[in-house]
Amino acid sequence: MKIEILGTGCSKCKTLFELTQKAVAQKGLFAQIEKVEDIMKIMEYGVTSTPALVVDGVVKSSGRSLNVDEIITLLG
Amino acid sequence: MFEMWEKLVDTLVYDVWAMDKASAMGSAIHFFIYDTLKIYMLLVMIIFAISLLRTYFNTEKVRVYLQGKSEFTGNVLAALFGIITPFCSCSAIPLFLGFMQARIPLGITFSFLISSPMNNEIAIALLFGLFGWKVTALYIGFGLLVAILGGFVVGRLKMEKYILIPVTPMNGDLEEVKIELSLKQRVSDAWNYTSDIFKKIYPYVLVGVGIGAFIHGYIPTEFILKYAGSNTWYSVPLAVMLGIPMYSNAAGVMPLIEVLTGKGMLLGTALSFMMAITALSLPEAMILKRILHVKLILTFFGIVGLGIMGVGYLFNALL
Repeated sequence: MKIEILGTGCSKCKTLFELTQKAVAQKGLFAQIEKVEDIMKIMEYGVTSTPALVVDGVVKSSGRSLNVDEIITLLG
Repeated sequence: MFEMWEKLVDTLVYDVWAMDKASAMGSAIHFFIYDTLKIYMLLVMIIFAISLLRTYFNTEKVRVYLQGKSEFTGNVLAALFGIITPFCSCSAIPLFLGFMQARIPLGITFSFLISSPMNNEIAIALLFGLFGWKVTALYIGFGLLVAILGGFVVGRLKMEKYILIPVTPMNGDLEEVKIELSLKQRVSDAWNYTSDIFKKIYPYVLVGVGIGAFIHGYIPTEFILKYAGSNTWYSVPLAVMLGIPMYSNAAGVMPLIEVLTGKGMLLGTALSFMMAITALSLPEAMILKRILHVKLILTFFGIVGLGIMGVGYLFNALL
């Protein structure tokens, strides 16, 4: 599983990254978590509001701060 | 709605604490207690309502909708969408480039970029709480006008070459990023957002109302009239210049403006001041500088500044 956190480095993006790490640990998933700060890559996903959560190339959430439970649900 | 609250404060200040109604001290304390709580309540209610509404409109949806719209219609729609979509200066870059990528013209993008921060939920909540719906409607209406015309003019200046990052336009139509939210999620999102904002701004409101209460009780009306009420030509541009560095302090400055208008500052000058605070923000300009040439940013500030001054002069002349 590949999880990407899209964001240009605002505090909300950092929080989402940390909470995603927690969620993955809690569920015991085997996942690669990556922070994507390159604006051109963010554009490729068609996202215009950050932070965004992308799981295996699919945009699951954008422009929202998520809590751990929500992230777990989105990870499926 | 606030009559009961006013009576309660009346009793507390004038009867329980036995302060003189006519004294500067009594009037200042009454004003402080009454205004602070009234504004806090309105802030929470209005910000919650707006952020709940906003969970139904995100910028991805707006982008799909604006794609392929003609020049003037696009400007009008973009300005209107600016009211209901959330705007955070940290998202300004992906938003700007995302619009370019969808082949939305520069002018229409700027209409959105002017309207969105100007019609932010904090400013609207405070305006409504402090000045009532009439001034709020004037602010939103003329704010939209500035956004529509400002964007239109930027579009006509053909400044596309001043975008510093090459954007490859997408072929074909965009597909909406589909994310379903339950009502419960929307309510909890809106609530979290409201409490986040409230925690950030409540000290500013307290300070603003505190200074306002002091002016209300201690500074004579003639003094304010002499400096802020005069219809001299420079009061409007001065208000705009003063408004530019105050973006993050809108919550503290608005209560002050209320007191100043109550004491004779002209409404046009006050409107210009408020619009300059929200629409012309230095942090946003610094962020946009990463992708836009200084010339384009200065043009954008210049046009919006002129528009805002126009609104100020118009109101001062009419009222």
